[in-house]
Amino acid sequence: MAEIQQQGGGDEGGKKRAKKGSTKVDMTPMVDLGFLLLTFFVMTTTLAKPQIMEINMPVKPKERDQQNELKASNAMTVLLGSDNRIFYYKGLHQPAEGIIPQLEESNWSAKGIRQTLLTETRANPKLVVLIKADETSSYKNLVDILDEMSITGTQKYAIVELDNADAGLLRNAEKGGAQ
Amino acid sequence: MPKVKVHRTSPSLDMTPMVDLAFLLVTFFMLISKFAPEEVLVVDTPSATTEIKAPDANVITISIGNDERVFFGVDDKNTKLRLIDKISEKYGVAFTQQEKDVFASLASFGVPIAQLKSYLALKPEDQKKVNQPGIPIDSTRNELGDWVQLARYSNPQSVVAIKGDQTAKFPVAERVIAILQDKNVNRFNLVTDMEAKPRNL
Repeated sequence: MAEIQQQGGGDEGGKKRAKKGSTKVDMTPMVDLGFLLLTFFVMTTTLAKPQIMEINMPVKPKERDQQNELKASNAMTVLLGSDNRIFYYKGLHQPAEGIIPQLEESNWSAKGIRQTLLTETRANPKLVVLIKADETSSYKNLVDILDEMSITGTQKYAIVELDNADAGLLRNAEKGGAQ
Repeated sequence: MPKVKVHRTSPSLDMTPMVDLAFLLVTFFMLISKFAPEEVLVVDTPSATTEIKAPDANVITISIGNDERVFFGVDDKNTKLRLIDKISEKYGVAFTQQEKDVFASLASFGVPIAQLKSYLALKPEDQKKVNQPGIPIDSTRNELGDWVQLARYSNPQSVVAIKGDQTAKFPVAERVIAILQDKNVNRFNLVTDMEAKPRNL
């Protein structure tokens, strides 16, 4: 295997002898090719299949009154802003009734929104988290917040459209720095 | 005095086990490797801790690039052949058999239906040079909705996966999700990268 075949040393004497063919075949080129293929397949193969995250969106309600009212005590809203900033407030935002919540800023670290979600869901298992993403936020933020939901085991959450009232709150908080 | 014989070891060593192993590995990688189809749109997916693997077959992939372009792809060849027939029926564009075959070989594409025929007529090397504008998703020309709906008619078992780029803006993703909901696709998947699950919460 893969050794150099020694040449000659045979018929100096001029005697006619039946030539014995060597049983060894030079396999070096084959082995070269083998390793070439090995390298090729190792480099091109994609072992890891992509992961997926399952999402179920609610079926679009046919009529408005089929939707359930959410109690303010069970509500928590997470707002996704620009530059990966994240804000949240507890309760509902009802400007018509003069209820304007205080926004609090959080962050994406383990001590940030994750901790908040954990304590809140432990305190109130009925909590429904409303995720409202601003148009300046990125798709990554959406995936991240959904991921936080699965990490913290929050069962009830919904992706809700950001309305004008909340958008105004978010703008103010982004400008002035939230308390 | 007897001559001291230097014991010469042969410089060749037996490489048989190593070569055996090499070929074993070659065989292994040949069998398990599945060639990733060439990506027209490069998408850098965000990472998440989910541990669900993507399904093997019957996936409708909607890719969102960082430049807000939306691409559409179906993995199954037969589904694509049925899909192109339905599209040509709905939009009144006739495709030749050759164009259908080219369509069936596409992994994903991002051209409006009006330009699809001329795109399919191009040679493969020219197709790569075309700067695809993405599939129209606005409400006046909601072609993505039709693609998704007809692809699901062509293969009812298919699942929808959204493969978005990290830096893609949220409104595009929101629009795609709204289109899916509009077509009664309320269960779909987001393609993500792997990330370690945090311990001790």
